[in-house]
Amino acid sequence: MDKHTHHHEDRSSCHELLGGLSLYLDGDAEESLCREIEQHMKDCENCRVVVNTLAKTVELYHEYGKSQMPQEAKQRLFVALDLGDYISSSE
Amino acid sequence: MIGIIRFVDSHYLRYYLTMTESPTTSEQIDLDRLRSGDKAAFAQVVELYADRMYNLALKISGDAFEAEDILQEAFISAYKNFSRFEGRSSIGTWLYRITYNTALMRQRKKHPDTVSIDEPIQTDSGDMLPRQFFDWCCIPEKDLLTGEALEYMGEAIQLLPESLKPVFVLRDIEGLSTAEVGDTLELSPAAVKSRLHRARLFLRERLSEYFAERAAA
Repeated sequence: MDKHTHHHEDRSSCHELLGGLSLYLDGDAEESLCREIEQHMKDCENCRVVVNTLAKTVELYHEYGKSQMPQEAKQRLFVALDLGDYISSSE
Repeated sequence: MIGIIRFVDSHYLRYYLTMTESPTTSEQIDLDRLRSGDKAAFAQVVELYADRMYNLALKISGDAFEAEDILQEAFISAYKNFSRFEGRSSIGTWLYRITYNTALMRQRKKHPDTVSIDEPIQTDSGDMLPRQFFDWCCIPEKDLLTGEALEYMGEAIQLLPESLKPVFVLRDIEGLSTAEVGDTLELSPAAVKSRLHRARLFLRERLSEYFAERAAA
């Protein structure tokens, strides 16, 4: 990551840890990796932002996905599949 | 409300396929009747899976009319091929695979240069590196999920490389497990995880750009 305020060795840690962030967020990371990421985030503001906004991105898209097929489209589908008899018009 | 009114009677059920990915987990499907072309059983499957298959088709294509066409084609294909369904994966996974393949075939017809999901992805980590460090986590939820933001999120999905898009849609939007995504797209669990991570990083960048611009406006 660029724009980091800490020294060079830590920048390489940022790169190394980046690949494991999704495992960490999904709860699939080994305990040692979790500790490493959490320790690193204490000293690295940019990585803290990346982890938090990555988690928020996943959360927002989870919300975003909660949409249903429009009723009219579903109705058209049933008719197109010759399943019109199986559509109920009850509200 | 649309509802199916002629579901199969339970005493006819001989082979059960529990649909673990479906919200209606208690529902069960009679595979024998599907294989014999029974319309009531088919209608039950359409009712149970249409929403989630539509979501996948819509997110892959980015177009509501195209999504309807994909769904129609996918269900017709499924109906013709129930006899070939061996039950090695769940019926939901099988239907997702048909939906995805249908979407991809249609896309290739329109844009022959479409990259397959089998195409090797770049392993250079350069394109994964975060560039945006604006912290938008503390923006209130009501300001994050505005109509404009939702539209932007949809556009951002369409910018995902084809090798990453279906993995992200199935895993993070549809909520399938890593194993189910792997079965659907015929990818190893490691490949699913790797592609999912790259997709998330890509979308985080896009959302960070968007929210940073909005905060500065």
